[in-house]
Formats: sequence, structure tokens, C-alpha cells
Amino acid sequence: MNFEVLQEYGPRMLAGLVVTLELVAISIVCGALLAVPIALGRMSRNKLVSRIAFAYVYAVRGTPLLAQTFLVYYGAGQFRPELQAVGLWWLFKDAFFCCVLTFTLNTAAYQAEIYRGAILAVPRGQSEAAMSLGLTPRAIFRMVVAPQAMLLALRPLGNEIILMIKGSSVAAIVTVFDLMGVTRLAYSRTFDFQVYLWAAVLYLVMVEIIRRVWDHLEHRLTRHIRHA
Amino acid sequence: MDLIRLLSFGPDGWGDELAAGTWLTIRLAVATLPFGLLLGLLVALAKRSHIRALRVVGNAYTTVFRGLPELLTIFIVYFGGQILLQRIVEFVSPGSSVEVSGFVSGMIALGVVFSAYSSEVFLGAFRGISRGQWEASRSLGLRPLATMRLVILPQLVRLALPGLANLWLILLKDTSLVSVIAIDDLLRVTGIAVRVTKQPFFFFGVACLLYLVMSMISSIGITAIERRLGRGHGRTA
Repeated sequence: MNFEVLQEYGPRMLAGLVVTLELVAISIVCGALLAVPIALGRMSRNKLVSRIAFAYVYAVRGTPLLAQTFLVYYGAGQFRPELQAVGLWWLFKDAFFCCVLTFTLNTAAYQAEIYRGAILAVPRGQSEAAMSLGLTPRAIFRMVVAPQAMLLALRPLGNEIILMIKGSSVAAIVTVFDLMGVTRLAYSRTFDFQVYLWAAVLYLVMVEIIRRVWDHLEHRLTRHIRHA
Repeated sequence: MDLIRLLSFGPDGWGDELAAGTWLTIRLAVATLPFGLLLGLLVALAKRSHIRALRVVGNAYTTVFRGLPELLTIFIVYFGGQILLQRIVEFVSPGSSVEVSGFVSGMIALGVVFSAYSSEVFLGAFRGISRGQWEASRSLGLRPLATMRLVILPQLVRLALPGLANLWLILLKDTSLVSVIAIDDLLRVTGIAVRVTKQPFFFFGVACLLYLVMSMISSIGITAIERRLGRGHGRTA
């Protein structure tokens, strides 16, 4: 252990860790809000709506997150006069905002597929039974289908959060000082390879915590349907 | 259109550069695949081993390389490999230095990540092969290695294919991360084009489209392979 480097860059790396957590938390939450209409659009009976939603999901899932980030961050620079005209340039010149925007749009596509899969996986009999009880379609979705779908979506959603934690490291390449960004800075100044290993440990700890929390959540939320 | 001319092949256009970058991306992904598959199979075998130590090592390997960001793995392999090789070279012949190729580092890093995920896919596929297959092979007098090669692997490939196909699509996208170390793949070439032409939105949009086309072609290929392997199983892909 090189304590000099640790003293100098340890606190900064922890600050970077907080930036990583912010990036992931904001993107996952905003992405979830955006994913619901996309998932519903994918299942819409309106051909046009479902095709647009499908095209969006397909395009986002078929391209690398890094290329998407470049498209938003550097691409926004090309529209500087227009963005300044509508008063949004201060947002788009900020790398952190561009990353949040890109990650939100990215995770929205993945989460939409998770929610769609979960909704389709709720047995048909559930909504049929609700219908025969005279519930309105809206009530059926809200009180019968959605709660069961959320349980089914829980596990893949946990995986998506883990993928986002790992994926958020590309923010470092567009000058955001997240955990990866600080680590790169520390390495470029000290040439001490240890910093990469510390970053590795921090990422592993984050992923492991999410995994443990998710196991616990799932265990608790499914206790009514477990066979003792 | 000026933008279309930017994509032309030749000295004023970036078409040939982008094509070269795309070709390098494809080569990197294709070169990584066999390495990642073989390593993944070995890790899967380690996790199924009767020897406890092997199981522990296999599981730790999977946990670590599935938990680390791919970007970090690439940096660790690139810089760590450089330091390691340098020490070896200095030990053998003091005074000389060595340069690690970005392509090989990228290939190793992506292959390691691929193997961590594919080992889980193989593990699931192994569970799909019934005990009877091993027992029948044994009763025919096949040695363990022959059983693996002639009986188990052909079935394993079919069971693992959907999972591996997914990993291939992820690998194709992950190659873009290697652009941050010295390798002129599609994304890096695009970055150069952007710096020269000042058309970031257009060029990164083109790069995204090219990745999308590669994914689409892969999907078509995967469907064809699945159909072929599914022959004689009563269900086509």
C-alpha cells in the first residue's frame, strides 16, 4: 500500500464514488419514469405507436453506451446557437447533465423491456378474473396486474442497476469526475497502478451491496407466495 | 449534400477511414470470441469440479469480472499488463523495453469479461444435459475426454446458443470501450473525423448506425445458426 497516494487521492476517490452513485440513482429513477410509457407503447394496439416504441428500444439496445454519450455530449456542441436561443445551453455544456440524459435514455429502453416482459408474464387468468369481478381496465392494471408485474420485474431491475453502475464509468471519458474519472486522474499524475485496484474494490463493493439488498428485498416481498 | 460528401471514399471523404474502423471493430470482436468461449468453458468446468479449490477460484473469477466495469478491466489489463511484461523483460534482458499492443490488451480484457459471463451460460447448459448422457457414454466405454468431445459438447452448444448470442451482441458493443486505449476502432476513427470536420452529431450518428447494422446482421446470422442447430429437435428458433 502506498499511503502517500492513498492520503492524497483516497478522499477524492470517495467523492468520485458519490458522483457515480448520483449518476446511477438519477438515471435509474428518471429512466423508470420514461420506461413505463415506452413499455405501454410497445404493447399498444396502435401499430404506429408500437412500432415507434420498438424502433426506439431496438436502436438504443443495438448501439454502445459510449457512442451514445459521445453523440449527446459532443453532438450538443454542434447545436450551440440553437440551444442558446432556447436557453438550454448551460445544461448541455455540462458533462454531468449530458451523461445523466444519455444514461436515462439508455436505461429507459432496457427497463421498458423489463416491465413489458413482467406485465406479459402475469398469468392471463388474473386479469380475466378481475374482469369478471367487474373491475374497470384501469383498476385491473393498477390493482391486479401492476403489483404482480413489479415483483417479476424486481430481479431484472436489480441486474439493470448493476449494469448501470458499471456502465456509468464511461462518464469518465467525457470529463466527469466519477469514481472512474478520479481514478484515471490519479493514475495519470502518480503512475501508481494501485489506484486502479482500489477502484476495482470500490466497484465490487457497490455491486455486492446491491446484490445483497436485492436478495433481501426479493425474499421479503415474496414471502406471501413462498411455500413454507 | 455536403454531409454525404463527407462520407465518400477517397481523400476528402471519411468513408474509407470509417470502413477501416468498422473492419477493426469486427476483427477485434471476432478475435475475442474463441478466446472468450474457451476460457468461459474452462471456468465453467472449474465451477463444476469435484475439487473445492477450483470451484472457489472459478466462482471468485466470475464474481470479480462480472462486477467490474468493462472499462476498468480494460485499463487494468492494459496498464497492468504493461507493467507486468516490462518487469519480465527487464528480468530477462535488462535495459530493453516493451510496448503492449492495444489490440491484444483489448482482446484479453474483453475475452476475460466475456468468459466470466459465458461460464454462467455454460453452467446452465450443463444442467440441461441429463445424467443419462454421461452414464450411457461410460457404459459404451468412452473415456471422459471423448465423452466431452463427442457427446456433451455438441449438445452443450445448442443449449448455450441463445445465451451466447446475447453475449456476442454485448461484446460487439463493448469493443467501443477499447477506443480509449490506443486502437483505431470505429469509435476512435469517428472521433478523429469529428475533430477534423466539426460535425460531431452527424459522425457519431453514423457510428451509432454502423453499430446498429452490425447488431442487425449478427441477429440474422444467429437466427440462421439456431435454426440449423435446432434441426431434429422439433422446435425451430
